[in-house]
Amino acid sequence: MYEQVFIIFLFIPLLAVALAGRTPAPAIVTFPRVLKTSFLLLLVFLLVSVLALLTGSSKIDAWSTLRELLFGWRTGFAGLDETERTILFSIRLPRILFAGIIGAALSLSGVVFQALLRNPLAEPYILGISGGAAVGAIAGILLGVAVVPMGIPALAFLGALFSIMIVFGIARSGRQIASNTLLLAGVISNAFYSAVIMYLLSTSSSDHLHGILFWLMGDLSMAGGRDILFTGGLLAAGFAVIYSHARPLNTIVLGEETALQLGVPVERTKVILFITASLATAGAVAASGTIGFVGLIIPHLMRMLLGSDHRLLIPASVLFGGAFMVFADTVARIVVAPGELPVGVVTAMCGAPYFIYLLRRKAV
Amino acid sequence: MSILKADRVGFRYTESDWILRDITLEVQQGDFIGIIGPNGSGKTTLLKIIDGILAPQEGAVYLDGAAVRKMKRNAVARVVAVVPQDTAMVFPFSAHEVVLMGRAPHLKQWGFEGETDVRIAHKAMEMTDTANLMNRGMNALSGGERQRVLIARALAQEPRIILLDEPTAFLDIRHQLEFFDLIKTLNREQHLSVMAVTHDVNLASLYCDRIVLLQNGRIHSMGRPEDVITKENIREVYGIDVAVDSNQFTGLPQITPLSAEYRSAKSNEGLSR
Repeated sequence: MYEQVFIIFLFIPLLAVALAGRTPAPAIVTFPRVLKTSFLLLLVFLLVSVLALLTGSSKIDAWSTLRELLFGWRTGFAGLDETERTILFSIRLPRILFAGIIGAALSLSGVVFQALLRNPLAEPYILGISGGAAVGAIAGILLGVAVVPMGIPALAFLGALFSIMIVFGIARSGRQIASNTLLLAGVISNAFYSAVIMYLLSTSSSDHLHGILFWLMGDLSMAGGRDILFTGGLLAAGFAVIYSHARPLNTIVLGEETALQLGVPVERTKVILFITASLATAGAVAASGTIGFVGLIIPHLMRMLLGSDHRLLIPASVLFGGAFMVFADTVARIVVAPGELPVGVVTAMCGAPYFIYLLRRKAV
Repeated sequence: MSILKADRVGFRYTESDWILRDITLEVQQGDFIGIIGPNGSGKTTLLKIIDGILAPQEGAVYLDGAAVRKMKRNAVARVVAVVPQDTAMVFPFSAHEVVLMGRAPHLKQWGFEGETDVRIAHKAMEMTDTANLMNRGMNALSGGERQRVLIARALAQEPRIILLDEPTAFLDIRHQLEFFDLIKTLNREQHLSVMAVTHDVNLASLYCDRIVLLQNGRIHSMGRPEDVITKENIREVYGIDVAVDSNQFTGLPQITPLSAEYRSAKSNEGLSR
């Protein structure tokens, strides 16, 4: 019965909130500590993924399936019938993987943007990257590019890249990029994209509206093998580049001048990190639509739990961001079953109240 | 050979007037130098040029004979450490983490602090009496405590020169003195060279061996406190009359600012030192 699994499932964000109530451990970050925390969060991710695998609108008996998944690998899962195998391995599993990748990529970019802009409210969306992607994708839908394979994601990716270039172009003076101007440039670009999107929406025919709406709130249901490979590859490469700069990023958080005084080549590091995080966002948004709040909330939560050292914060955010997105997507799949919600609705509904809770807690 | 040498340094933001011009000075191991001057005289800009953060249009700054702008940032940071003005932090690092970041110039881009780094950081915290604050968040500390943690971070860099940029601006009189006492001790015992920008002429006189008085980006005068801090120099540079006395305990010049009524009385009577 999926209801039972679902009830267990709902405890996960509560658990996260409860954990966040603890004060961060005062110990400094060491390599064993990073390994230990990453391993624990990987377990959380796997647990969430297994629960997500067993949950869905099709009636699959959760407990016998779980038993079969755990012990049936020797017999090639002979205990499952054809339909069950299709649902589990061809429908749910790719989607869970995809959700995990998207959540991880958005959280990864969120951590980087918050640190570089020294602004806990920064996230990929604020920089106008998703707005540009949205304009590209919606234009593609309206022009009928959807018949071309990967046509819409390609246009979204181009839109995101174009937007990044514009925002950086505005904020750049000489070889320097001013963080505040960058933030402002992003906000202004977003306002412009909103207007363009509203224009496109109000002039488009109603048969396109549903697709556009799903794209605007995020949609993980169309994930194919190519999307998974593309976003997965981008995530892996992005993580490698960003994590190799984790320690310099700590000093940049103290202030750019302080980072220079501590021997960090600030401008070079900033440019590398901005570009990498922007590309990761562009890839994620192009494949999944605009899913808000994940890039904002997850790094915040992890920082409260684990402290501000990016050598721990980055892997933790990536793993927990993935787990959270799998959770949110599963909720989106089943609350109005057999219908489906855009996953962005779920992340915003979880994220906004949680964010208010964070703000209020700080004020006390 | 001097550790640091500024050779005819001139600096301006593009097309604006010169902010610094013709600055030549040398720092020897163990020097304690104060840089004073009115607002806008170029004190902080000079520190940034010495640390290689800004590039001068004229002249150059040399660390151990090498041009600072040609050196890698981490090579500079192994020689020069900066204690900034107190600033609040956006993200909650603990005091321990902040001091360990002082090891940054000695580490590779990726990696974790080793035992040696932790030991050096601990020593720096003991010297600055901040070991008991180790596990507290920076934002939970008082201004004086935070400032001591920032000195510890600078010491963890194992520098040969420490630059102070108006470090006591937000501290009360007791914490100001405690701060400079600590720096003076480090200066004496570790032979650390110190260069301090300050608005407080009296503190500069108390602690510095040598004082550089800046006026409109040029060195007005330079030398021992009793030679630089005179009624005439202060009037020329700050455009105000003060009383300058030799303090009965220290023998060092101390200025007494005068309110308007005393300033006029003073010029009438030709009051002198």
